[in-house]
Amino acid sequence: MDREKDKGSFSRGSHPFFDVFLETFFSFATRTSALFVFFTIFAIIASLFWGSWPAIKRFGLSFLFSSEWNPVTEKFGALVAIYGTLVTSIIAMLIGVPVSFGIAIFITELCPPWLKRPIATAIELLAAIPSIIYGMWGLFVFAPFFADNIEPWISDTLGQMPLVGPLFSGPPLGIGVLTAGIILSIMVIPFMAAVFRDLFEVVPPVLKESAYGIGATTWEVLKSIVFPYTKIGLVGGMMLGLGRALGETMAVTFVIGNADRLEKSLLMPGNTISSSLANQFTEAVGEIYTSALIELGLILFFITFVVLALSKFLLFRLTQKEGVRT
Amino acid sequence: MKRLFPIISISFLISLSFISISHAGKVKSISGAGATFPYPVYAKWASAYYKSTGIKMNYQSIGSGGGIKQIKAKTVDFGASDAPLRPEELEKWGLFQFPMIMGGVVPVVNIRGIKPGQIRLSNELLADIYLGKVRKWNDPKIKAENPGLSLPSRAITVVHRADGSGTTWIFTNFLSKVSSEWKEKVGCAKAVAWPTGIGGKGNEGVASYVKRINGSIGYVEYAYALQNHLTYISLKNRAGNYVVPNDMTFQAAAKNADWENSRGFYVVLTDQPGKDSWPITGASFILLHRVVERPERIKEVLRFFDWCYKNGQEMAKALAYVPIPKRVVDLVETAWSKELKDKDGNPIWP
Repeated sequence: MDREKDKGSFSRGSHPFFDVFLETFFSFATRTSALFVFFTIFAIIASLFWGSWPAIKRFGLSFLFSSEWNPVTEKFGALVAIYGTLVTSIIAMLIGVPVSFGIAIFITELCPPWLKRPIATAIELLAAIPSIIYGMWGLFVFAPFFADNIEPWISDTLGQMPLVGPLFSGPPLGIGVLTAGIILSIMVIPFMAAVFRDLFEVVPPVLKESAYGIGATTWEVLKSIVFPYTKIGLVGGMMLGLGRALGETMAVTFVIGNADRLEKSLLMPGNTISSSLANQFTEAVGEIYTSALIELGLILFFITFVVLALSKFLLFRLTQKEGVRT
Repeated sequence: MKRLFPIISISFLISLSFISISHAGKVKSISGAGATFPYPVYAKWASAYYKSTGIKMNYQSIGSGGGIKQIKAKTVDFGASDAPLRPEELEKWGLFQFPMIMGGVVPVVNIRGIKPGQIRLSNELLADIYLGKVRKWNDPKIKAENPGLSLPSRAITVVHRADGSGTTWIFTNFLSKVSSEWKEKVGCAKAVAWPTGIGGKGNEGVASYVKRINGSIGYVEYAYALQNHLTYISLKNRAGNYVVPNDMTFQAAAKNADWENSRGFYVVLTDQPGKDSWPITGASFILLHRVVERPERIKEVLRFFDWCYKNGQEMAKALAYVPIPKRVVDLVETAWSKELKDKDGNPIWP
């Protein structure tokens, strides 16, 4: 293929047939690429359904509400794994979202210019660390520290409180749902912080400057200018973080304790869908066992789908309100 | 485009030459897949064997479950499993199994001031701890076994494997044999519904939890207990003696097992008779198809394992595995020549 020749043909229009062919081919190629996404999604859903069919047939809806996971008697229920997945992700978001906001706001609004680049680079480096490193760090460094210094304090203070007490009592093992949630929050922070920072930076300076000009404080500028201007992206960024938290496998497996029991306390071990899969899939023998694990995968797929749908709905509501506010 | 053509044609030629090599009759490599527990020793043997014969052994440690699936699907020359298959299952799939290497599972504890082998537990007591019935280290039952020892009032934290594993299979098989309550409530499998405790991923996960949590008890393969300097316990065996885990007590368990009268080498080495037998010993098995479709390949596989039985003992010991006793090796090799046939019914060994 010669570039010169191509250019000529376009400018002179001397080969209409060739142009039409190129055009058709191009649109065909792009359409195929787009359809490929659909095909992949449907293929994944179909194979998950197909693989989990024996378990669906055997357990029905009770699979979702049973907390029993017994490979010996082949009685399986997903409640423990679903609960663990949701709770660790919620903890991760509760810690991760405010901290990420803090980082992004500091970098864009308050940080002295010479510090901007080092902080931004550090965040990008954090995002690039493979998850197994977080898992090992969590197991060997964070969990012992947490068990010796933080957990006794938590169960002495929060654990004694009337309503939330049961959530924070138990032996200080350093390993459990709370630890997993904290490790996850550290893992999602760089993602969300980087997205938030990029968003805050595209807010037109003229808007911010005029707000500052009429005497607004930094917080007021954020609340009335930056957040409304970037809200769609903010929701997207949070969903990106939540998506990572829901599906994270290795780091969680290391620190969650991998116990298939429903415990009231967040200090006790639990399990998540992805860590159950990572732990048990290789040695799972028998049709029902394998199929129950695949059904867990299907449920995780479904949860992610619901999260995505919720975020779209949220965005829809936000944009609808837009006209009312101004 | 012009530059690409020679590259494509060269790579095509290279791949063509590979095909011609593999069709040249002589087997250059054999393949297996399965258990992760014996992987270090199989890899060691494979590299030594390659140096002396030039034949490669590719082993994928994908887990026993995967190994069984692969050999059933005939995608590998041999499969490997940490737990023996039942004779019925062997028959159903036309498979043949034999023990290749042994190892011990060792309960380890972390109690301040207690040295390896110092704390003694009976079989029933170990089961009760894992059932969550004995919850403190100064429980009267533990004290009764250890009259001279001062034990703290610390809570016992049970540590088990989170992933499905042959180690768990051996351990729960032992507990099922010695405690009827365990057998009824929990049972024996590669992954079970643990009544209590936390799960670590892999031997290293369990070892690190036990090292860290004061008052914990876990179970690991012998090699991990050695490497991590963990505090192993003394266990009362079937003969009523207290034994500590080492290659002598593992060997004793293997020697005292009834290999001759067990169909398809279905021998589980837990809770074996004999005054020196370590009660939680296990063997790792190799799986082959009984009717051999490609005799020249399987012959090579058998030659490899024969070489390992004869020359691999010291290598295995160096990695804290226990070699199969000579008497059992002879039984296995006799079974090779009796049980493995090619399509026409001719024996392929020796």
